Amino acid sequence: MATATYAGRDVQLNDEGFLLDSTQWTPEVGEAIAHDAGIDPLTNRHWQVITFCREDAAKEGQPPGVRRIAQLSGVAMKELYALFPKGPGKLAARISGLPKPQGCI
Amino acid sequence: MTTTILEQGAAKIPGIVTPKKPIEAVSIILSKGSLDMVYPALILANGARMSGIEATIFFTFWGLDAITRTKIDNLHVSPVGNPSMPMPTMLAGLPGMEAMASAMMKKEIAKLDIPSVPELIDILHESGAQLYACKMAMEMFKLEQKDLVPQVDGVLTVIDFFDKAAGSQILFI
Repeated sequence: MATATYAGRDVQLNDEGFLLDSTQWTPEVGEAIAHDAGIDPLTNRHWQVITFCREDAAKEGQPPGVRRIAQLSGVAMKELYALFPKGPGKLAARISGLPKPQGCI
Repeated sequence: MTTTILEQGAAKIPGIVTPKKPIEAVSIILSKGSLDMVYPALILANGARMSGIEATIFFTFWGLDAITRTKIDNLHVSPVGNPSMPMPTMLAGLPGMEAMASAMMKKEIAKLDIPSVPELIDILHESGAQLYACKMAMEMFKLEQKDLVPQVDGVLTVIDFFDKAAGSQILFI
């Protein structure tokens, strides 16, 4: 576990850089994590994915996998990979302040 | 205060362990066309893409079934000579047993909401994975590119495949 300062806010991270407590997340924290991961700035399309991930995780109790994001967020698979070139599976969840997705799809 | 931590990158945050040498690319050679071989290959490639790892699949021999238009919807799993199937060998060879085993596996896969093979091939293509057919196996099975699903990026010789696979981890299935 580590503490990092994102956008002036101290947050707890696990060994892989995911927020331990998703309630510590704010949009500014999301922006700072994205910047850290090489995505800057976050566009409206990024935010559409992030908002979907947070809403879906709140409903389902777990972060959505890539296939679910592509099916339900309104951002299709190809664009999803263009928005998060280093891997939408982990990165979308990390920027959204959610744990690493557990599904394989 | 957005501190220097951000500029240095996540790897510099104390306590965060990053692997010394992350995998950057995988090349999977798929040589079998049964469901229990095709699924692992496709899921591994897709998992790689989700993690930001480049993925290439080289379909050769019966692996070509997974990208052949007339076969992709009808892949099977054989209970004969399969030590993991709880079925006596004498029974496994009876007519209808393979269809039953395949239907059961497809049902379990659907129950878990795992995509069908055609959908997985499409997901892989959209995700930027490269899908190639083996030229020699195509000739052996008298196939042409028009016989393959449109998501296939091309037909390669083994030499071309190894050129493309340069620097990647190679898996043979």
